[in-house]
Amino acid sequence: MIRQKSFDAPPFSRREVFRYAGCKTETEEVSSLVDKCCEETEGRLSYRVCYDIYDLRRDGDFLSFANINTDSNTLKTAFKGCHAVLVFGATVGAEMDRLILKYSRLEPSKALIMQALGAERIESLCDAFCRETAEKLVRQGKTLMPRVSPGYGDIPLTMQKELFALLDCPRKIGLTLSDQLIMSPSKSVTALAGIKYDG
Amino acid sequence: MNITEYMKQNILILDGGMGTLLQQRGLPAGSRPEHFNITHSSVVKDIHKAYFDAGSNVVNTNTFGANILSFEAGELEKIISAACENAFAAAKESGAPQPKFVALDIGPLGRLLKPLGSLDFEEAVSVFAETVKAGCRCGVDLIMIETVSDCYETKAALLAAKENCDLPVFVSNAYGEDGKLMTGADAAAMVAMLEGMGADAIGVNCSFGPDRLAPVVRDYLKYAEVPVIMKANAGLPHDENGKTVYDIDAGEFTRQTKELVLEGVRIAGGCCGTTPEYIRTLTESLVGVPLKPIDKKNFTCVSSYTKAVFFSDDPVLIGERINPTGKKRFKQALLENDTDYILSEGIRQQDSGVHILDVNVGLPQLDEASVLENTVCELQSVIDLPLEIDTSSAAAMERALRRYNGKALINSVNGKAESMESVFPLMKKYGGVAVALTLDENGIPGTAEGRVEIAKKILKTAEKYGISKKDLVFDTLTMAVSADGQAARVTLDAMKTIRREMGAHTLLGVSNVSFGLPERGAIGSTFFAQALENGLSGAIMNPFSAEMMTVYHSYRALSGLDENCADYISYMSSRTAAPGSAYETAEKAYVPSAEKASEAADTTPLRRAVCKGLKELAAKECAKLLEHAEPMTVVTGEIIPALDAVGADYEAGRLYLPQLLMSAEAAKAAFEQIKKAVPAGRGGSSKCTFVLATVHGDVHDIGKNIVKLLLENYGFDVKDLGKDVPEEDVVRAVVKYHAPLAGLSALMTTTVPAMENTVRLLHERAPWCRVIVGGAVLNEDYAKKIGADAYGRDAMDTVRYAEKIYGEISRDK
Repeated sequence: MIRQKSFDAPPFSRREVFRYAGCKTETEEVSSLVDKCCEETEGRLSYRVCYDIYDLRRDGDFLSFANINTDSNTLKTAFKGCHAVLVFGATVGAEMDRLILKYSRLEPSKALIMQALGAERIESLCDAFCRETAEKLVRQGKTLMPRVSPGYGDIPLTMQKELFALLDCPRKIGLTLSDQLIMSPSKSVTALAGIKYDG
Repeated sequence: MNITEYMKQNILILDGGMGTLLQQRGLPAGSRPEHFNITHSSVVKDIHKAYFDAGSNVVNTNTFGANILSFEAGELEKIISAACENAFAAAKESGAPQPKFVALDIGPLGRLLKPLGSLDFEEAVSVFAETVKAGCRCGVDLIMIETVSDCYETKAALLAAKENCDLPVFVSNAYGEDGKLMTGADAAAMVAMLEGMGADAIGVNCSFGPDRLAPVVRDYLKYAEVPVIMKANAGLPHDENGKTVYDIDAGEFTRQTKELVLEGVRIAGGCCGTTPEYIRTLTESLVGVPLKPIDKKNFTCVSSYTKAVFFSDDPVLIGERINPTGKKRFKQALLENDTDYILSEGIRQQDSGVHILDVNVGLPQLDEASVLENTVCELQSVIDLPLEIDTSSAAAMERALRRYNGKALINSVNGKAESMESVFPLMKKYGGVAVALTLDENGIPGTAEGRVEIAKKILKTAEKYGISKKDLVFDTLTMAVSADGQAARVTLDAMKTIRREMGAHTLLGVSNVSFGLPERGAIGSTFFAQALENGLSGAIMNPFSAEMMTVYHSYRALSGLDENCADYISYMSSRTAAPGSAYETAEKAYVPSAEKASEAADTTPLRRAVCKGLKELAAKECAKLLEHAEPMTVVTGEIIPALDAVGADYEAGRLYLPQLLMSAEAAKAAFEQIKKAVPAGRGGSSKCTFVLATVHGDVHDIGKNIVKLLLENYGFDVKDLGKDVPEEDVVRAVVKYHAPLAGLSALMTTTVPAMENTVRLLHERAPWCRVIVGGAVLNEDYAKKIGADAYGRDAMDTVRYAEKIYGEISRDK
């Protein structure tokens, strides 16, 4: 059964924001812009995840779990030695997009920082969720492997459609997918991570 | 008995969860439950029957995701028809004694609407309309729109239902833990919009158990004048002994739901995780429960897509600056389709603390209906204040109201029969609060009594349309006191009577009073104070006037509306803090070093402001220079050298993109001053037209906007077509302007084909035009492969290319 969960703001990595914004070093002007953006997003983001765990089967050259059948080599590597798959969708909500939209018209420098901040926020949310799940699994004698997403390596982007159907993302966390496979809210991630028994 | 009659005397019991029960009976994870209506009709029918047997008055057809985005038209018709048959058969087979009804269930589309997503509002309306029509053909008793978590999508669904059937329409939204819809609307905003549009019952479903939904449900009960729905989950799923179960059992669910029924919920059921057992327990516990009457709340309120604004004793400020009357720069922006300027005027007003924005774009040279519609859409994409739609054209009003995401303030209706006949039906259909002007066929009465009489006439006529007093705010019309010494007195007396005796809310445009007098601010702000003291509920005013804002904050402090005078103090301190701070930052940030070109170039205050990316300072320094220097000298001698220096640093990797942008924005602020200084009609010094667009299907436009900003800095006349632009529209614009340059951007691999098509069409139909492409998925080779003339690595690169082409064109000439 699909589970959903809201998180508090995950730990913040300022360095990542600069990295996503294309700054190799922190400068005073940009730094104060980052502060302003952080202040403005304060309390306006929501951190939501929906997820489920499925048994992983191997059938000749194919991997299958839930409604998905795939011969992706990236997934074969990611799921090596695994017996189950954690599938999740995560989003920081539509407010981030509104802010990006607003500033991309009026103050592109701020839009750029918002964009970077949004990227950092969603990645930090995924990290927090995976960390929490990994801790739970450890107590069951299992290990959570690093996550991968559609579009990584040879995992087809079209797998998004199947993941969305599987996790009921629109209903569970308000995450939608367009015909062009664009997610909105845009600061969102769908991902897969293998689970294996220790030892 | 029909459902509306039944509801007057009884609590209406809905059904419970469907999805989980279908999965238990063999529906595979990730596959569509709607197919089951045909392939496993007896399974679906049995679930419906179990709910009727348990006591449900209403079951929802198994059509949550049945729409033409997910199914082909023929298949959709079959699915909806089978779903209805299953529900009707269940009603027939169940021997339970209660009256039974079938609701056509309509869930969200799974796509986000523009501007956040890519689905157009009208497309959403027509998608919902297909489902509504198919359901009606099958003879359902009502429409149930449920689990939608976006205000705009809810509006589209309700509009589609209202336009395509006469059945009762129930609307239930899914809220998050913060008490808001996913796109930000709170309960008050949703109640305002949905009631305004004529929903027959409204409420809340899904998300959580009844306990955690209770705060939102209580807000509905506080504001709503129609029956309130509650259809909670059986809590949240959690793991128990290796099995996943919902954490609220039937007994607890019933206890919690009943509590809210006692508080006034009239329509109750369950959502995810609930089963016929839950509904049976609930039905039994509600036998004999007394009905709580639904009171008239009489809130006068308008809403945006996030919040409601109430007219009360605490005055509402309506910003009047989005209006071309008497504003040269605004007129120019409208004529040049310079939406960014209009948006920035909106944001500046929001920042000054207004609660509602008036939107008036009437200019004889423009097609007002389309400009108004477009301006409303643009404003509501970046500003979450409610809007006042200000137009005398019924056609423009309808188009704006239709697209407006919330319940608008309508400016205006008056006592003329013709005005009321055109405005009231629009209010009835789209919702809204109208500003009612106390004038009629005989003009504006010279006495207070005369104006009050007209107010009464308007009220009486409105009631015939089913519009009540709470949806009208009366404007007793401010006239120039210089022309008639009694003018202000009459206006205030009429307003006082309407507010105090008729109990209706009032509003005035206060600026007119001082017309023809020196020091207009003095008269205007004193009149504003008088009006507030006489019961003014809202003012259309200039929020950039310190005098007006001072009166507003002082009045609130003096009238006990501002606890501890906190707002007054914070307003006053913001006023004194602002000037000078930009200079301090500038001085602090200025650490000269010879390494960077931008630091070598910032030898004058304006150049320094641009190099450092300080907007306010750049505008100020530029204005200072313009007192003595020619505008073009300032551009070529100050702004452009500073920009060039920053651009060179960026290209050499000494500065990063955010800094480049901050400088470009500072330059833009300086250019605003230049524009003001250049007399209208003489501003045509731009290099050439550059048509810019993000391609069809792609909604990412930050890169494109960066390119736009820089191109404008360098004097190109940029025609920005926006994002998700169809191929044809790009070609049309290039042909229309005979543009020598076009830029296309795409971020997704999935939208590169659209880019390729656009390039091909441009080469066919506008062979004179050079096409440069850019975006995350492209590179030099790829750009060549899809036939583009050039690849723009980044914004500076695009500027350099445009400069090169412009140079060639100029030489050829």
